[in-house]
Amino acid sequence: MVTAAPVKTKYEAVIGLETHCQLSTATKIFCSCSTEFGSEPNHNVCPICMGMPGVLPVLNETVLEYAVKAGTALNCKISDYSKFDRKQYFYPDLPKNYQVSQFDLPIAEHGWLEIELIDEDGNPNRKRIGITRLHMEEDAGKLVHGGSDRLSGSTHSLADYNRAGVPLAEIVSEPDIRTGQEAAEYAQEMRRILRYLGVCDGNMQEGSMRCDVNISVRPVGQAEFGTKVEIKNMNSFNAIGRAIDYEIERQIEVIESGGTIAQETRLWEEGSQRTISMRLKEGSSDYRYFPEPDLTPIEVPPEKLAQWKSELPELPAQKRHRYEADFGLSAYDVRNLTDDRAIAEFFEATLAAGAPAKQSANWIMGDITGYLKSEKLEIGAIALTPEALTELILLIENNTISSKIAKDLLPELLTQGGSPKALVEAKGLTQISDTSALDSLIDELLLAHPTELEQYRGGKTKLQGFFVGQLMKKTGGRADPKLANQLLLKKLAG
Amino acid sequence: MASIRELHQQLVRKERTATEITQAALERIHQLEPKLRSFLAVTADQALAQAQRVDDQLASGEEIGLLAGIPIGIKDNLCTKGIRTTCGSHILENFVPPYESTVTHKLAEAGAVMVGKTNLDEFAMGSSTENSAYQVTANPWDITRVPGGSSGGSAAAVAADECVVALGSDTGGSIRQPASFCGIVGLKPTYGLVSRFGLVAYASSLDQIGPFGRTVEDAAILLGAIAGYDSKDSTSLKVPIPDYTQSLIPDLKGKRIGIITETFGEGLDSVVADAVYQAIEQFKALGAEVQEISCPRFRYGLPTYYVIAPSEASANLARYDGVKYGFRSEEADSLLSMYTQTRAKGFGAEVKRRIMIGTYALSAGYYDAYYLKAQKVRTLIKQDFEAAFQSVDVLVSPTAPTTAFKAGEKTADPLSMYLSDLMTIPVNLAGLPGLSLPCGFDAQGLPIGLQIIGNVLREDQVFQVAYAYEQATQWHLHQPEI
Repeated sequence: MVTAAPVKTKYEAVIGLETHCQLSTATKIFCSCSTEFGSEPNHNVCPICMGMPGVLPVLNETVLEYAVKAGTALNCKISDYSKFDRKQYFYPDLPKNYQVSQFDLPIAEHGWLEIELIDEDGNPNRKRIGITRLHMEEDAGKLVHGGSDRLSGSTHSLADYNRAGVPLAEIVSEPDIRTGQEAAEYAQEMRRILRYLGVCDGNMQEGSMRCDVNISVRPVGQAEFGTKVEIKNMNSFNAIGRAIDYEIERQIEVIESGGTIAQETRLWEEGSQRTISMRLKEGSSDYRYFPEPDLTPIEVPPEKLAQWKSELPELPAQKRHRYEADFGLSAYDVRNLTDDRAIAEFFEATLAAGAPAKQSANWIMGDITGYLKSEKLEIGAIALTPEALTELILLIENNTISSKIAKDLLPELLTQGGSPKALVEAKGLTQISDTSALDSLIDELLLAHPTELEQYRGGKTKLQGFFVGQLMKKTGGRADPKLANQLLLKKLAG
Repeated sequence: MASIRELHQQLVRKERTATEITQAALERIHQLEPKLRSFLAVTADQALAQAQRVDDQLASGEEIGLLAGIPIGIKDNLCTKGIRTTCGSHILENFVPPYESTVTHKLAEAGAVMVGKTNLDEFAMGSSTENSAYQVTANPWDITRVPGGSSGGSAAAVAADECVVALGSDTGGSIRQPASFCGIVGLKPTYGLVSRFGLVAYASSLDQIGPFGRTVEDAAILLGAIAGYDSKDSTSLKVPIPDYTQSLIPDLKGKRIGIITETFGEGLDSVVADAVYQAIEQFKALGAEVQEISCPRFRYGLPTYYVIAPSEASANLARYDGVKYGFRSEEADSLLSMYTQTRAKGFGAEVKRRIMIGTYALSAGYYDAYYLKAQKVRTLIKQDFEAAFQSVDVLVSPTAPTTAFKAGEKTADPLSMYLSDLMTIPVNLAGLPGLSLPCGFDAQGLPIGLQIIGNVLREDQVFQVAYAYEQATQWHLHQPEI
C-alpha cells in the first residue's frame, strides 16, 4: 500500500514598508533652527520647536519643495489641496504632545517605484512596488534613559530636542513586496532616488532614513491577508532583508505548529539575528487627528510645481535603462555605476570627453571605487577629473603607456590631479615601441643570462616569463608588452 | 479721564512728562488694586524705564507717536519677554517667556508704557474672570459683580482708569462681553488681522487679540498699532492696514444697518433689549437705513463653539505636562503619574472640563458626529453672515443678554455661564470684526453693551458706526465711582 505524503502548504509573505526620511534642509520644518546632526543636546532649539506657550509654526518652503520632488520622482500624484493635521499622543520627546503631520490629505499619493533584482544569470528582473502616499511631518526629540536603555526600568530620563521639528517625509508602500530581498532592494532604490534628488542623505546609521516593516504570511492562493506584525530597528538594508527572512520563517513555524500570529510590534536584534516582541497592539491607537489650525492649507501654485518638476535629474532607473541600452554594459556594472549620482555623472563626463564606456566603467568601478572606499571619500573629493581619466585611458588605448604604468600613475592623479599626458612625459614613462631599441635591449639580456637561454633552448620554454620579467625590469615597465613578446620569442628561438 | 489724544497733546506741549503720566497710573493702580484686583503683576520698573525713554525722545526734540507714553494693560496670556506670563493658571505659575509676543513688541516700539499684566479666566476660558487661579477681579461699577471675561482684568483696569487702554483676547466674546459689563469699548478684529504670535493659544482658529479703550477713537488708535501681517503667524493676513482714525466720521447717512432678529429672543433682559432698541432709533436719527435681518443659524453658534473650541484647546493645552517648563508635580513616581498629577493639580476645573469635552469630541467614533458636524455648522453660520452683508454694511445686536452678574452667581452652573457669550460667539466662528460699546445703564447703574459686527476686514465701517453713535450720546462720559 502506498501512502501519499502530505502535501506541504506553500506560504507567501505580504510585506509593506513605511520609510521615514529626514529631508536634508538646513533648517527645521516650522522654525529656523539648524538640523545639524551631532550637536550638543538642546543646542538646536528655540521656543517654537520646544513647543512653548504662544508660539506658532511657519512652514519651511524647502520642505514642501523636497516633498513634491520626492513625490514626483516616485511617480505620485501631487495633491492640489493638502493640509497638516495634529496627531496627538503624550510622550516626553514630543514637545507639544502632538505631532504636526498629514492625515487624510497628504502632499503626494498613488505612485510607484521600480525595483530590479539581478538573477543568477546576471539578468535584471524588474518589479513595480506601489507607493500609497508620501506625507510631510516633524520629527520628535530623543530621550536618553538613566540606568536602562529603555524608559521602563530607568531611574530618570533626559530629553534632547535637537531633532524635534526636523522635517521628515513618511513614505508608505503598498503591500506589494514578497521577500526580504525585494524589501531590501526597495529601500535601497528609495535611498538612491532620494539621494539623486538631493532631498535626503539616506544615512541609516544616523537615522536619517528609517524603515519599519509590516509583514504577514498566507498560504499561496489565499486572497485575504494574515495577521500583520510590525518590525522596527533595522539599520541597514542587509538587516531589513535578514529580519524579514527570519520573520517569514517564524510566522510559518507558528502557523504550522497550530499557533496564531499575535498582532504586535517586534524589534530586530542585530546581535542574535532574530526578532523579539516589543509590544502587543490592542486595536488601533486613537491619535485624535484634526486639522492643524495654525497652518493654512497647502496649494502648490502650478508654476512652482512645473519649476520643481523641471529641476528633477535623470533618476537611477532611467539611467540604468539607458546605460544598458546605449553602452552594452552588464546589469551588474550598470548598477554599480548608477548607485551614486555623482559617480554616474563622473562616468558620463568621461564619455563626453571621449572615453570608451567599458574601459571607463572598469576604471571607475575598480581602482577608483577601491580608493574611495579605503579613504572614505566621495568622488567629488578626488583631484582626478573625468577629463584626466579619459586622457589616461586614451594613453593606454593608443599604446603610449601600458595599463600597468597607468595603474602606477593613478594614486598621484587621484591626490594631486593634473594631466596624465604631462605626467607621463615628465617621468619619461612613454612606452618603448621602437623595434631596434627593443632588439638591442633583448640582445643585452640574452648575453647576461646564458644559462637560462641554454635551458630555454633545451625545452624549458616556461622561462619565457623570466625573460619578459627581466625586460620589464630593465625598462621600468615601459616596453610595449605585445611587441616585446614578439621580438623576444624570435630571439629566444635563435 | 484723559484719552490717548489728550495725553499725547499734553506730552507734546510739555505740560506733563511721560514719567508723570506713568506715575499717576501706577499710583491709581496702587490705590484701587485692593478692591479691583485687575492686575496679576504690576511692572512699575519697566514702565518707568519706558516712560523715561519717551521723555528722553521728547527732550531731544524727536517726534513721538500717539501711543508713546500711554499707560497700557496687557492681558496675561500675551507673552512678555522676561516677565512672568501665567495665563491665570497654576500650571504656568513660574513661566517667564524668553520671547515677546508680536503685539507687545509693536507696542513697545510705539513707545506705549505697559503698566502690568491683567487678570483673566485661566487660559482665557470663562466669562467672568472667576476662573483665574489667582484672584477674582471686581467690576468697577459694582465691586460685588464680575467684570465679565475672560479679559476681565483688562476691561476693569481701563474702566477704572488704572490704564488708558488695554489688550485682551477674544475667542468667543472675551473682549466684547467684559467691555459691555464694564461700560467701555472693546473690539475683536477680523481673524488674521492681528498676529497671534505670543498669544498663548486657547482655540487657535477663533483667538484674536484686540483693543479696549474708553472711547472708540482710543480703540481705533490701538488697533492701528497692533494690526498687520506677521511672518511668524501663518494665519495672519497680508493686507494693507488703513488709518482707522480716518473712518471716525460722526455721520451715518446712507449707512445700512441690520438688526439680527435672532438676538432678541428668549433669555435677553428686557432692559438690555430696550437700550439696544433706543440705540437703533439713534442710528435712524443719524441718517442710517435700518432693517431687520435674519441669521437663522445664529442660535447654533453656542453648541458649535463648545465643540470646536474645546477640541482645539485639548490639543493646545497638551504641552503643559511638567516635562519642559511650568509646574511639575514632584510626588509622581512614573511618567504617567507625572502627567496626571501635574495636570490634575496644575489646571482648574473649567480648563479640565473643556480639555475633556475636546478630547471626547475628537475621539475615534465621535469625530464625525461632533467635530466634523460642528465645522459644517460653522460654515453655515458664516454663510448666514455673508448673505446678511449683501444687504447691509454692519449688523447690530446686544453684546450680552444681561448686564454684569454677581460674583459666584453662575460658577456652579457652567451652562448659564456659557449663555453670556451667546451673541458674541457666532462672530468668532465667522471670523468677523465685532465691537462692543456702551449704550445705556440698567436700574442698578450697570452698563449695557451694544455689539456692532462688520464684514471681513471692515473694521473701518464698524468704527464709523460706533463713533457716530458715541458722539451723539453721552454714555461714554459716565464713570464708575470707585
